[in-house]
Amino acid sequence: MRILVIEDDLEAAAYVVKGLRESGHIVDHAADGEEGLTLALSSTFDVMIVDRMLPKRDGLSVVETLREEGVRTPVLFLSALGEVDDRIKGLKAGGDDYLTKPYAFAELLARIEVLVRRSNPDQVRTRLQVGDLEIDLLARKVTRDGQEIDLQPREFRLLEYLMKHAGQVVTRTMLLENVWEYHFDPQTNVIDVHISRLRAKIDKNFEQPLLHTVRGAGYSLRAAD
Amino acid sequence: MNQPQTTVSNLLRTSTFRLAVIYLALFAASAITLLAYVYWNTAGFLARQTDEAVEAEIGGLAEQYRQGGLPLLVHTVIQRSRDPGSSLYLVLDPAGRVLAGTLDARPQVEPGPDGWFDFDYNRKTLDGTEVKAARARAFYLQEGFYLLVGRDVQERREIENLITNALIWAIGLTVALGLVGGLFMSRNMLARVDEINRSSLDIMGGDLSQRLPIAGTGDELDQLGRNLNAMLDQIEALMTGMRQVTDNIAHDLRSPLNRLRNRLEVTLMQEASADDYRLALEKTIAEADNLLGTFNALLMIARAEAGSLRDSMSWVDLSTTLHDAAELYEPLAEEHDIKLSLDVPEKLMIWGTRELLSQAVANLLDNAIKHGLPTDPEGPRTIEIAAVPEMSRGVKSVALSVTDHGPGIPEDQRQHVLERFVRLEASRNTPGSGLGLSLVAAVARLHGGTVELDDAEPGLRVTLLLPVSGR
Repeated sequence: MRILVIEDDLEAAAYVVKGLRESGHIVDHAADGEEGLTLALSSTFDVMIVDRMLPKRDGLSVVETLREEGVRTPVLFLSALGEVDDRIKGLKAGGDDYLTKPYAFAELLARIEVLVRRSNPDQVRTRLQVGDLEIDLLARKVTRDGQEIDLQPREFRLLEYLMKHAGQVVTRTMLLENVWEYHFDPQTNVIDVHISRLRAKIDKNFEQPLLHTVRGAGYSLRAAD
Repeated sequence: MNQPQTTVSNLLRTSTFRLAVIYLALFAASAITLLAYVYWNTAGFLARQTDEAVEAEIGGLAEQYRQGGLPLLVHTVIQRSRDPGSSLYLVLDPAGRVLAGTLDARPQVEPGPDGWFDFDYNRKTLDGTEVKAARARAFYLQEGFYLLVGRDVQERREIENLITNALIWAIGLTVALGLVGGLFMSRNMLARVDEINRSSLDIMGGDLSQRLPIAGTGDELDQLGRNLNAMLDQIEALMTGMRQVTDNIAHDLRSPLNRLRNRLEVTLMQEASADDYRLALEKTIAEADNLLGTFNALLMIARAEAGSLRDSMSWVDLSTTLHDAAELYEPLAEEHDIKLSLDVPEKLMIWGTRELLSQAVANLLDNAIKHGLPTDPEGPRTIEIAAVPEMSRGVKSVALSVTDHGPGIPEDQRQHVLERFVRLEASRNTPGSGLGLSLVAAVARLHGGTVELDDAEPGLRVTLLLPVSGR
């Protein structure tokens, strides 16, 4: 996909651009707010990565202007400001996600892929399916290969999130934010334990594992090719 | 900035002195009004009385003159002149010779338009004559005879002078005393303001331990001083906290940074395979992540302690928060064969931030699971989470506690573990930054509460006493 990176720190930008290109994306880079805005208005991107603090025009104002112009491209804010207030300001200005520096590249990659998928959603679905695993969001029922699987409410939400982003990498932080609504990292990796519990319920008695661990990044729910 | 000084020009510029002058003017004006009234009622009354007495006498003599003509008038005047008193008479013939009366000669004063005139005359006394003041009216009768009727007003003059002098003195004294009093008061005031100024200059110069002087009178200046001192206490506490954070960051971030750097250097020095490099890099990233964790925890504590997060507070259901946190940790506890038990009433609203309260509870549960395993294999393998509404010093509060049944913390070290980076010897080998409990303490303080550690016999109970309204 086509990605616009607006970042004034050239070294950081080079690193992001290189990482994204290696992941198979087409990347444009702008070094300040004005240039970024011009680029964003003149061509079409699938997603934009915008630093909050930029010379000439700050990130918030770039995104606000884009939204006023009717550009709906998903935006991920990058910022060294990590307070709850800053996050809320970023989202209010029209950002879709917020990542605090420093971050792991895998985290950035996982998040932009989720953003792009979200920006062109299929009609609201009440049933999701990955391989032979099915989830009915209305009846709150989970079946695999026709067998009903009993899940706790939180396990259900966890599976729902993974199913909605099936085939993508989902990081631990994303799970904490979206399933538990926590914006801090617990000292011990409690998410892993939740995942292994869920895995025991949906994968254990079946031949094909669906819930995979992606080393150094997170998890991915996907059917075998 | 100029050094404040008590100079006269400074004195004249103080608001107290200006007030003193205004009061003085008001006071002088009312004193003058009052004294003018007194003057009119005393001196004025005497003058009117004199004039009336003279008029009455003139009336009497006119009656005599009408009945008996000039001879009877002269006769009456001669008779009346014999009476001792303050009445004065004089009758002259057309040639100017004295026919009768108490005066030797006609006074050389022209009468005023109302016929009255004031003059001095010589009065015979036992030892000669004295010059006295008098007031009289004079008439020309038929055939050019001259009649003067008057009164000695010496005494009245003296009383008038007395009253006038008294009034002048009174006004003068009022003004002088008011002026001196105003100066004195503003000087006092100015001296205290000067003291406060001097202390402020010292404080601005960097001596944050200085405090403004309190006179102990409980007046507005004292109140101001006390409020400013409370503000300075707060600033000093924040500064000290700041310094502690910087010290701790310097101390506890430098050593892992150093370790990280050394590892990279050593890896570069030796001939290594690609796998070795990969391994070294992976270890470096892991170490960097740990560092970031420590750094974030420090920042969070600093923010909680600075109190700036108070702006983002709202009503939080502590009950839901505790259930959510327990739910997050339940699988981890189960992995350690520990049961989490909750004793929390429904709908327990408190004023706070869900995020920080969650993080505090998460840290407590993390600690309890890591360090709270029973030493006795038969011991209870439970962690109890409880929240009890209670009154603490008259404030509606919630006592939130997390209890494990592990080895506990010796009494003399309990306060110590709330400080930053403190890790007890026994836990050196488990992962963690040593910031968990200090974050809990900072969160409790932010919510206006306290943290207490005590013995759960066996085990550790951490209790957060949080006021419901956050204060």
